[in-house]
Amino acid sequence: MTKILLSGNEAVARGAYEAGAGYASAYPGTPSTEILETIAGYSEVQAEWAPNEKVALEAGIGASLAGVRTLIAMKHVGLNVAADPFFTLSYTGVAAGIVIVSADDPGMHSSQNEQDNRHYARAAKVPMLEPSSSAEAHEFVRRAFDLSEAFDTPVLLRVVTRLSHGRGPVETGGRRGSERPIRFDRDPKKYVMVPANARGRHVTVERRRDALRQVSEGDAWNRIEWRGRSLGVISSGIPYTYVREVAPEASTLKLGMTWPIPDAMIRAFAAGVERLAVIEDLDPYLADHVRALGIPLDGEVGAARLGELSPEEVRRELFGGGPPPAPEEGLPPRPPVMCPGCPHRGLFATLRKKKLAVMGDIGCYTLGVAPPLSAMDTCICMGASVGCAHGSEKVGLRGVVGVIGDSTFVHSGITGLVHMVYNKSGGTLIIADNGTTAMTGRQDHPATGRTLQGEATAPLDLEALARAIGVRDVRVVDPCDLPALERALDEAVASSEPSVIIARRPCVLLRKAERKAALWIDESTCGRCGRCLDLGCPALVASIEGDAAGGGQRPRRLPSIVEGMCVGCGLCADVCPREAVRAPDAGGGAA
Amino acid sequence: MNVLLVGVGGQGTLTASAVIAEAALRAGLDVKQSEVHGMAQRGGSVSSHVRFGREVHSPIIPMGEADLLIAFEELEGRRWRHTLRRGGMLLRNLERIPPASVALGSQAYPAWDPRLEEGIETVSVDAAALARSVGEPRSSSVVIVGAASAFLDLPPGVWDEALEAVLPAKILDVNRKAFAAGRDAVVGAAGGRGGSGRPA
Repeated sequence: MTKILLSGNEAVARGAYEAGAGYASAYPGTPSTEILETIAGYSEVQAEWAPNEKVALEAGIGASLAGVRTLIAMKHVGLNVAADPFFTLSYTGVAAGIVIVSADDPGMHSSQNEQDNRHYARAAKVPMLEPSSSAEAHEFVRRAFDLSEAFDTPVLLRVVTRLSHGRGPVETGGRRGSERPIRFDRDPKKYVMVPANARGRHVTVERRRDALRQVSEGDAWNRIEWRGRSLGVISSGIPYTYVREVAPEASTLKLGMTWPIPDAMIRAFAAGVERLAVIEDLDPYLADHVRALGIPLDGEVGAARLGELSPEEVRRELFGGGPPPAPEEGLPPRPPVMCPGCPHRGLFATLRKKKLAVMGDIGCYTLGVAPPLSAMDTCICMGASVGCAHGSEKVGLRGVVGVIGDSTFVHSGITGLVHMVYNKSGGTLIIADNGTTAMTGRQDHPATGRTLQGEATAPLDLEALARAIGVRDVRVVDPCDLPALERALDEAVASSEPSVIIARRPCVLLRKAERKAALWIDESTCGRCGRCLDLGCPALVASIEGDAAGGGQRPRRLPSIVEGMCVGCGLCADVCPREAVRAPDAGGGAA
Repeated sequence: MNVLLVGVGGQGTLTASAVIAEAALRAGLDVKQSEVHGMAQRGGSVSSHVRFGREVHSPIIPMGEADLLIAFEELEGRRWRHTLRRGGMLLRNLERIPPASVALGSQAYPAWDPRLEEGIETVSVDAAALARSVGEPRSSSVVIVGAASAFLDLPPGVWDEALEAVLPAKILDVNRKAFAAGRDAVVGAAGGRGGSGRPA
């Protein structure tokens, strides 16, 4: 055994490996992505990127039925996509163990909502585990497979951003050998969920809940830690670490299993302390349960938390006191931006110019909402751009397009496009195809032609797919070729039949992306119109000329190009009306 | 010990955090580190917490309790200044990266205000210049780690082990030089403080 530093995600992957998992699948999603990237490094595990979380889980069910322990990982909203198999998997149970990781994102560091996935465990009646550290994540995952098999149930392991993307010491061990042969034991009453069989399985699920409650009341996952009796705190996961940090004298009921909840343990704990509090992120999931037991708690009834907990927030909740030190006000914000040379920039500059309503989607291109591009109008969930564009167009809105990335289109956009064609849409869908799942760190997907391990595979042909769905008007354009993009957009939006524009250029962070020498701006030619600056490229910086307060010359913005950042995409040169943006060999003369 | 590293996505704050965390682990201490990746990495403001000691519970530093704030970028140092405890230390890299509103000319980059240094110690380092001096401009994050090492109470031997554990072998040698350049620069600047020196 050696002690190494692992992130929560790496610890989950390592735990699954040691538990003998033989299959793992996921769709990339912050903060869960590195789980599959790590497990892909173990040759004993068949690890796969799936087009979406539903497919990942269904494939995982298949692997389990064949006798192989399975890990499926997703970000919190991914479980919405996988909810359909998840709920019925609770009825069928497993053959070999299945552990499903839900990586929640309190504070929405990189998500569109901060839903609390603890509710899923209760709703689907599936045991839920919440580790508090990398070491616990590693240990919990290993034991979760045994729990899954012992109680014939999938197990939900809930982690959060601060665990997934935190590091801590982990004592790793060896891999458990598999005792199971690859074999499928037919059992229609268990696995074929027609109503007659499902009714019987529902009884099993309720009995299982009672059995799991006994586990929760034991010391395998949950424990009372007696310290001072004046304050007792019930907590789990990362919030538990904040409690230990700011209230080292308090007694704690540490819950590693948060469904089923151990009622008797809670009553015993409450009886042993003078003041009782629950500290949890997001919804009052534990607090409501404790109150329903008739146990009074400190704090507001039914208050859902906004944003992420912090140690200082926990201190205030437990002990009161003034607000923690706040950052200086009025500093220029630094939101994330599209990279220099990003292929999405030309697309959104053109969409802004055309003043179209843009039904957007989830990915780097969602940054198209930010000024100065300001050219995205909706973002709901993976694939929603297609349905939103269709629905609004169907009821008579004109000048609307959907924008979706290549990976997101494969995840959830294809059925939307089928819907458009089937229902005689006149709408336009733009697939911003940068050849990768960029926002989560450039993962491959079915249309890149590479697997999780980087092996070549049959690439999904997006043009052929759109045509097969029935779209006759399919165009492929380079989003850095602004005139061609504008022409394609004009024609597609004007036409009364469904159209797909594939705006194709590789993500600038991919190795295969084209990089040219940095451009420069000839000050004597530049008209200070600001069109290049309005592209929102981080490689373009303005200096202000004239005096804003002096009442004389109106202040004007002189752009310059930061040499170390520019990749020479030429977009600023294309929008310049005076040809003031020059290639390095063009010198001071005419470009 | 609470160390907060702040900067702009792409500056190498995450690698630097990994080196410090690894060094603390090799010193036999409990370590927790927390960072956020994903959307913020696209040129946005990034922060990484490294905590080490006999036993560490929370992965994030309570506001106002940081012992050492390492600012890879000046404005980001200012944005996170409130996290420092009284008597804490600011290690300030002399690099300015204009955020979008400054680049577009709608806001000015704030001038450094000496009042920001009241109640704390400040040491400045020009990591880019030192990185160039060792022949590898991309090593500036390791220069900053080297500078920070002068204020972290860890046995000298663990730093080299940590660099070796975190960095790819082929760039190890030049980064060793970068680390030494950073450390030497602040040991001089901070009045000859050695490896066992601690802020406050």
